[in-house]
Amino acid sequence: MNALETTGLGMRHRRTWALRDCSVAVPAGRVAALVGPNGAGKTTLLRLAVGLLTPTTGQVRIFGRPARESGERTAFVAQNKPLYTGFRVSEMLRFGRGLNPRWDDAAARRRLTELGIPLDRRIGRLSGGQRTQVALTVALAKRPDLLMLDEPLADLDPLARDDVARGLMGAVAETGLTVLLSSHVVSELEGVCDWLVVVNGGRVQVSGDIDELMARHSLLTGPAETADALAARLPVVSRSGAGRQATLLVRDDAPPPDPRWSARPVTLEEMVLAYLRTPDAAALPRPALSPAH
Amino acid sequence: MIEFRLDRGSGVATYLQLVQQVRHALRLGVLQPGDRLPTAKEVVARLAINPNTVLKAYRELEREGLVAGRPGLGTFVQRSLGQTSMDDRARLRAELVRWVRDGRQAGLTLEDLEALIASVLTDSFRQEIA
Repeated sequence: MNALETTGLGMRHRRTWALRDCSVAVPAGRVAALVGPNGAGKTTLLRLAVGLLTPTTGQVRIFGRPARESGERTAFVAQNKPLYTGFRVSEMLRFGRGLNPRWDDAAARRRLTELGIPLDRRIGRLSGGQRTQVALTVALAKRPDLLMLDEPLADLDPLARDDVARGLMGAVAETGLTVLLSSHVVSELEGVCDWLVVVNGGRVQVSGDIDELMARHSLLTGPAETADALAARLPVVSRSGAGRQATLLVRDDAPPPDPRWSARPVTLEEMVLAYLRTPDAAALPRPALSPAH
Repeated sequence: MIEFRLDRGSGVATYLQLVQQVRHALRLGVLQPGDRLPTAKEVVARLAINPNTVLKAYRELEREGLVAGRPGLGTFVQRSLGQTSMDDRARLRAELVRWVRDGRQAGLTLEDLEALIASVLTDSFRQEIA
């Protein structure tokens, strides 16, 4: 079962497409990273998925149902963490309780107490990390099956990032909820996410299990004069090099056929950057989508 | 109890890093039969890591017969990882000494030899994983 599934999804603002022909699936139980440069369509995809925007083309399904009917099953933490800065933390909770039938007030209070965030503190007086934790707590108290976060780790110091990431992973361990989070800082997603979606120029470029993707790619280094011959035989994602040495990032896990070439595993960041630099390359599952279950 | 670390950017899949750390602890005797591995929740509380990844690592260790899950209780070490026999080690070492001598006679430097070994090891273990 897919927690999120989009088919031919497109969003046009006046004459420009913010997102185009986007077909992507995130299986239930995954922690998925939505990665891409600024302006690639990440926020648009998230807002369409939560039902905050109506698509120009295509459709979104949440656990097999249209996004518009799935409000209770999804929660969204927007990039600007829309909390009322004049509110006290406890008032934020009361507000959430009034709006959400599935609201778990006890869990929200317990979580904030564990984090040492005073309930009577005004939102505006909290640190950036604490504010993110409150936004995350409010989202989790809705008891969503799919939680989407837009750049949750941006503008946080390293300690707060670690705290927020641990808080999020703790919620996954406890409830098994599906997470889709966008980020443009790839290095901090390693270990946190197990599913990757790369969006570039409004299109989906990569989608799949991170371990599998990393095992299927390797970085080959060898003599430049033989690079063309090798590149003709292997699916090359990106190519670099200076002088006599060439480096190819290939979508292939077999040892290089030419012994003068050496292979080493790619990091998540190297793989993502290689795709972003080569907008025409794509690593998508063969049938991009499974039929509705 | 084992405490996991994470080397982000090493190119080694996260679950494999955890598997390797358990194997290493078994070899050193830091983990012994009967010891409980931390639950996914316990690992996550210390390290910002995906709980699915922890479970994937435990499944892999279970598949190798090193640990076993007991529902409601946790995951426990089944057996230790002994050293390979001294005979095997001595034989392998002698073969490697011969190989290194050959390589040096063929004009390879220390770094050439290291690079060759590293690339063979990488290829060999990647095939095993795949």
